[in-house]
Amino acid sequence: MSNQEHTASIKAYVTGFILSIVLTVIPLVLVLNHMMGKAALTVSILLAAVLQFVVQLFFFMHIRDGEGPRYNVMALILGIIFVVTIVAGAIWIMSFNSQVQ
Amino acid sequence: MSQTISAHVSDQNHGHVDQEGLKTLGFWIFLVTDCLLFATFFAAYAVLRTHTEGGFSAKDFNVPNFIIETFILLTSSFTSGLAVLSMHKGNKKGLIRWLIITLLLGAAFVGLEVKEFADLAAEGATISRSAFLTSFFALVGTHGAHVTFGIFWMIGILFQLSKRGITPVTTRKVSLVSLYWHFLDAVWIFILTVVYLMGVM
Amino acid sequence: MDNSHFFVTGDPMIYGADVSIILVSLAIIIYLTYFKKWGWLWREWITTVDHKKIGIMYLLSSLLMLFRGGVDAVLMRIQLAVPNSHFLASEHYNEIFTTHGTIMILFMAMPFMFALFNMVVPLQIGARDVAYPFLNAVSFWLFFLGAMLLNISFVIGGSPNAGWLSYAPLSENDFSPGPGQNFWIWGIQISGIGSLMTGINFVVTILKMRTPTMRLRDMPLFSWSVLASSIAILGVFPIFTATLAMLTIDRLLGGHFFTMTGGGNPMMWVNLIWMWGHPEVYIVVLPAFGVFSEIVATFSKKRIFGYASMVFSMIAISIVSYYTWVHHFFTMGAGANVNIVFAICTMIIAIPTGVKVFNWLFTMYRGRIRITQPMLWFMAFVPCFLVGGATGVMLAAAPADYQYHNSYFLIAHFHQVLIGGVVFGYLAGMYYWFPKIFGIKLNERLGKWAFWTWQIGFYVCFMPQYALGFMGMTRRMYTYNSTMGWDMGWAPLNMISTVGAFLMGIGFIFQVWQILYSIKHGERDVTGDAWDGRTLEWSIPSPPPVYNFAILPVVKGRDAWWYQKQEMQKGSYQKEAVKYEPIHMPNNSGIPFLMAVCFFIAGFGFTFEWWWMGIAGLIGVFITLFARSFQYNTDHFISVEEIERTENALRNHGSIHRTAN
Ligand code: HEM
Ligand SMILES: [Cu+2]
Repeated sequence: MSNQEHTASIKAYVTGFILSIVLTVIPLVLVLNHMMGKAALTVSILLAAVLQFVVQLFFFMHIRDGEGPRYNVMALILGIIFVVTIVAGAIWIMSFNSQVQ
Repeated sequence: MSQTISAHVSDQNHGHVDQEGLKTLGFWIFLVTDCLLFATFFAAYAVLRTHTEGGFSAKDFNVPNFIIETFILLTSSFTSGLAVLSMHKGNKKGLIRWLIITLLLGAAFVGLEVKEFADLAAEGATISRSAFLTSFFALVGTHGAHVTFGIFWMIGILFQLSKRGITPVTTRKVSLVSLYWHFLDAVWIFILTVVYLMGVM
Repeated sequence: MDNSHFFVTGDPMIYGADVSIILVSLAIIIYLTYFKKWGWLWREWITTVDHKKIGIMYLLSSLLMLFRGGVDAVLMRIQLAVPNSHFLASEHYNEIFTTHGTIMILFMAMPFMFALFNMVVPLQIGARDVAYPFLNAVSFWLFFLGAMLLNISFVIGGSPNAGWLSYAPLSENDFSPGPGQNFWIWGIQISGIGSLMTGINFVVTILKMRTPTMRLRDMPLFSWSVLASSIAILGVFPIFTATLAMLTIDRLLGGHFFTMTGGGNPMMWVNLIWMWGHPEVYIVVLPAFGVFSEIVATFSKKRIFGYASMVFSMIAISIVSYYTWVHHFFTMGAGANVNIVFAICTMIIAIPTGVKVFNWLFTMYRGRIRITQPMLWFMAFVPCFLVGGATGVMLAAAPADYQYHNSYFLIAHFHQVLIGGVVFGYLAGMYYWFPKIFGIKLNERLGKWAFWTWQIGFYVCFMPQYALGFMGMTRRMYTYNSTMGWDMGWAPLNMISTVGAFLMGIGFIFQVWQILYSIKHGERDVTGDAWDGRTLEWSIPSPPPVYNFAILPVVKGRDAWWYQKQEMQKGSYQKEAVKYEPIHMPNNSGIPFLMAVCFFIAGFGFTFEWWWMGIAGLIGVFITLFARSFQYNTDHFISVEEIERTENALRNHGSIHRTAN
């Protein structure tokens, strides 16, 4: 924080904000107008969410800031792997439940 | 193994570590663990979302309500960024103004969420009605509780700012609370997608 | 909920406990008052943020919990020694195995591990404290008061009895009404939050607080193991928190996450709790591996063999352990595909573990081996862990597990890895670093008695249980009838097993005696380097001054202290002139303790569903958080004169080569 080279600038924030709005409106429109089949729709709105997450990381949370080893980036990547494991693992393991019920 | 390292420690800032940077890294790591906490609630929601017991189901969510909530939170994420920007410019007034706006938007978001919950409960869709509703209230409620906590945190920081101005310590605190705020916005995007959009789909 | 039985009544053992708790508390209060020690207790211990003192408090509490868990174990073994025993009622047996398991893992193994983290890591990496000393104190007090919350359930409200992982739906309101189950939830929830914060603390400490000249690849292996273990903590304790919160929602708010009705799914509990539970066992065993790596190198007078592969295998274990949790419920019926994947992942973990064992053996090969107490425990660990690992691979074969599952075979297996790996490892660590922290070497002769009673006791207790498992005896069985007993051969084996448990109990008593005896009469370590060590913690006095290092050490490679000693022996060695600088240290604070007390109040309130009290406690927590946020005067400098005074006093005390830094 001490060195004054922040990626934060009003331009970055505005760009990020606009991108976020676009990436929110697209899935809203897609879903509310039933534009696609269920599978395609699910994939597209999840994709939009992930993209928006990336936008926030870069434009709002300044993931690129700082010098030295990027421990925050490493922590984030490991965290994402774990998140996927928890959610996908639970869904996969519990999927037998739909047959049992 | 013994390569020469030009090592004179006392030249390097007395071996002191940059305290504020240290705290920022710790907070990042905490946020990552918080992600995992949310992931667990998401996992439970994903497994239980069809277990509606013939009651309220995800199809019946109030669409305008969650759209408004989304844009409020998104805007507040933006304004909290503007607060940080003012801070880096040394503009204490701007900083405080943007923080207050962020905080009010956050309060509006929480208010809408409380209203949504109350409406649901009035319809008989309470937390004990079905497993789906339990996991819904738990996931969305945990997020709402985080936002509420963030509001109080910002209030605390506002007091410190007005008393002490922009110092290295308050700078770090504002950066952290705004990081937290962006993070909550990001989590909300996934709630919007997985809970609301995939629900009404 | 029925709160009419606030105090547990009706059992002589409980009255005994009541009386002894009251007597001990009175004795402590009288002692503190009579000797005017309250102020000392508050200033020196309760408000301390010094990692060494926090480590000592962790150590004491974990030994206390080892005692409590051990008493539970012995009670269970007495009950099982003969068929048709009426020593414990079935309900009581359930309570005891529940508290035994919970206490041993969460309130014995975890704090013992944190004791070693705190006592060693900053010294080993040349730091003056951990990254967040205040948070460190918070973690300790959360653990301690969480543990106390679970422990009082024995005399107030009633103990939990749904097993150490409290499987739903048994742990739900329908089947476990009453406060016991809530005690379990809140006790481990509160201490779990503390563990998570310790994980963050040590990851950042290791990454950021090393003395500037120590590169990661020069870092001692114990610190590496702490990093690996802390990463695993960060990965799974949030799951633990969330899962316990879900059970709380079910029990307190009438939710349906894991109930039989309302669409709940009890198997989801099993799935989530093991997502935490399996990595948890690797969390506790990794630091034990780290301890052994230090011990083997020191007592073979050699560098560790295969440093890089050691580091790699520890990191590999901490990541792959994330992908094995289903092996605890192969029999749930998730299907062949799921079971295959998790069986294979489980077996894969055996590879890095094997690599480590070979590396230790190669380190010893041609070393100048000294058989000291820490080394004894290492040599006991190797065969014990090998057998435990081999039976683990047997259990990991999913189809075969349908036979072993929940039998005494499993009980024998996990005690073999938990005792043989974790407990032996931590005890070895305690023997190894005791002189560093206390300046006292632990008595050899009593130590050997303790060692051999533990060893013999261990095998006598657990080997028969493998056979009992094959004979069909299942875990959590509170008694068996005499036809089973004598005709089927269960009774003799059970009797033998109980004898072994008593032997281990005697071993523990020897250790307590050994510690007390050594404090009074033990050999004092004045060199600061009790074992002719290799890593930085041995380069400073024992016990170290508050600031640990008067001057941050310069590291020129692995085993920094060892090479420095060698250089010092060369004629050409030149002492550098020392020039002290003021040292920046954190202030003591009472807030961590108060915050934990508020957590305790909240937990107690919710346990009895006294909402007013629970909410009041939580408000207290927020008040302490805010109070801290408004504190700006949080640290101070130690002046150069004071450092000089301390260092001179320490040096006159008889120790050598300290200024060499
Ligand atoms: C000191 C010697 C010990 C003895 C004699 C002992 C004995 C026992 C016995 C008799 C049981 C109950 C078996 C049953 O009825 O199902 C048990 C369960 C258990 N023990 Fe130990 N134990 C010892 C040490 C430990 C240690 C050091 C740990 C962990 C670090 C541990 C962890 C557990 C766990 C997790 C359970 C399962 C509890 C449950 O079924 O919910 N034990 N032990
Ligand atoms: Cu496991």
